[in-house]
Amino acid sequence: MLSISNLHASIGEKKILNGIHLSVKPGEVHAIMGPNGSGKSTLASVLSGREEYEVTDGEVLFEGKDLLAMAPEDRAREGIFMAFQYPVEIPGVSTINFMKTAINQIRQYRGQNALDAVSFLNVMKEKMKLVEIDQSLLNRSLNEGFSGGEKKRNEIFQMAMLEPKLAILDETDSGLDIDALRIVANGVNKLRSKDNAVIVVTHYQRLLDYIVPDFVHVLYKGRIVKSGTKDLALELEAKGYDWIKSETAAV
Amino acid sequence: METGISSSYSDQFIAQLAGTLPFAHLRDQAWAEFTRLGLPAKKAEEYKYTPVARYLEKTGVWPQTTHSTIANLAGINGPEIGGQRVVLVNGKWNAELSTTHVVPGLTVKSLTQETPTLLGGVNGFSNDSFSALNTAAWTDGVYVRVAKNTRVGDPITILHIQETNSAPVQVHTRVFVHLEPGAEATIVHQTQTLGTHSAFHTVVDEAVVEAGSRLNYYKLQTDTGKSIEVWNSTIRQADDSHVDTFTLTTDGELVRNNFHIEINGQRCESHFHGLYLLQGDTLADNHTVVDHQKPNSFSNELYKGIMADKSKGVFNGKIFVRPHAQKTNAYQSNRNILLTDTASVNTKPQLEIWADDVKCSHGCTSGQLDEEALFYLRSRGLAEGTAKAMLLYAFAAETLETIKNEPLKRYIENLVGNRLHKNF
Repeated sequence: MLSISNLHASIGEKKILNGIHLSVKPGEVHAIMGPNGSGKSTLASVLSGREEYEVTDGEVLFEGKDLLAMAPEDRAREGIFMAFQYPVEIPGVSTINFMKTAINQIRQYRGQNALDAVSFLNVMKEKMKLVEIDQSLLNRSLNEGFSGGEKKRNEIFQMAMLEPKLAILDETDSGLDIDALRIVANGVNKLRSKDNAVIVVTHYQRLLDYIVPDFVHVLYKGRIVKSGTKDLALELEAKGYDWIKSETAAV
Repeated sequence: METGISSSYSDQFIAQLAGTLPFAHLRDQAWAEFTRLGLPAKKAEEYKYTPVARYLEKTGVWPQTTHSTIANLAGINGPEIGGQRVVLVNGKWNAELSTTHVVPGLTVKSLTQETPTLLGGVNGFSNDSFSALNTAAWTDGVYVRVAKNTRVGDPITILHIQETNSAPVQVHTRVFVHLEPGAEATIVHQTQTLGTHSAFHTVVDEAVVEAGSRLNYYKLQTDTGKSIEVWNSTIRQADDSHVDTFTLTTDGELVRNNFHIEINGQRCESHFHGLYLLQGDTLADNHTVVDHQKPNSFSNELYKGIMADKSKGVFNGKIFVRPHAQKTNAYQSNRNILLTDTASVNTKPQLEIWADDVKCSHGCTSGQLDEEALFYLRSRGLAEGTAKAMLLYAFAAETLETIKNEPLKRYIENLVGNRLHKNF
């Protein structure tokens, strides 16, 4: 589904990604972990098409197509979704209204008919239940005055609405208490299937208690320095990142 | 290239008009004041970003109002919102094109038929060139009076049409609105210049809003012709009155709005909204004054602007709270988005507060479209153009919230949506 090879990226003069290789297949959950400044969020940003990052080398294929050549909206239309670490607040734009426009533009891209108001509402009600979000929140200006938990739940609601093939959760656990974390993780788990994949970017292991990964990769200085199963996450939780740093330094 | 106003242009302009006007007493005084002041000089503080004289000088000679023969309103997309519609063509009331009908308690007539004694008593002309010029030179206009406790729901639309097929025109229009106690009216002004020549149009409009009455007041400055417009509008409010205003400016070469709300009553409420969506070379300048003269009133001023291409926006917002106007709540906000490097805005709030027990706030911002918000929407599958339009429309729409009349609101939403390429 997703194939990243030798990906290098920088922001301004600063090189942040230094040769990432990663392959994700349908049905898999990959966790990307690593200390602060290792490049985790940069990787998520480059995959979703944030323009301030410059890709200097390497290739990313999504279902065989050159992802890096696509505009952010086309990546979404191809089936990539990123849950933001810091969802923006947009006064005057309600979640419901912009989701309706987004879904219909995506459907148009895929050669499908627009959803009528009733069908949209039915889909919306079903997804609202899934992520335990209240409609009054979705009628309000996007994220304006939302708590941290409400913002993240709104991200997962949008993910449920758009039914992506590949979801990238960028530090979705940051700023969440344990109840909000559980609700968000449950939402993600309910959306998992054999056909879609999830990349979980996180600093801490605790989210992975709820969203259990098939693979765990440790990012350090812009490269994946270690990969393993969910046990690797537990080991990192117990021992911290220092042993990875010294192991890498020794190589 | 900087072209200064030659010192003699102002004199030439005066000489051209002198002795040609049907003066009454007020006109004499106003004419004397205009000849004393001349057109605003290049360095005049109040007009430093808006050199009206330089714009006039580019055209040179401005013949006085000429008779127009337009037979219909082809090319005028005025609002179809029912109610009364007065059409002024080159400043003259055009009965054939106007649609008025009898509503008990409502008077809508030409100022040449009846001139209220208060005319000139609300919007003075000392120290203001264009008020003085208009007071001396107006030839026609509209007088609206609503009788005590009469609430007129349907709007009164005034279309200002300048026909410039054969030559530039100079038009001075007068409007007087009088709401007696407990009355209500909705006034909608809209402007359009037809033809290829330029139009110089001044308007002085005065509104007396008596105790417990309600005025809903809209200006739609959507003139796509070559127009130079200067408006001097003053609304005077008495106790327990309510005023909602909204000024939309989308086109014209130069638009200057001097807009003054005089809150000369207690427990008044005033919503003072404006939206300028500029493109091309348009220059739009909103100079506003909210003057709290009595205690216990509330005013909220919200002006927003989006500037594209080489357009220029100017906002100047004065709030006065006089010594006796305790317990005043006065808020002001001016927000601007610049879409290009060549667009500009100058914004200046001026608060003068002499009372000590008041709540006042003001804020002004100018910046670009929020890139982070734009990326967020695109990452959900919205085309870049749609995402931009959605953000800009949301920004602009806040100023439309107080518009109550539904057909009018839809008409204005449409004007705004079209300008901002709303396609969602």
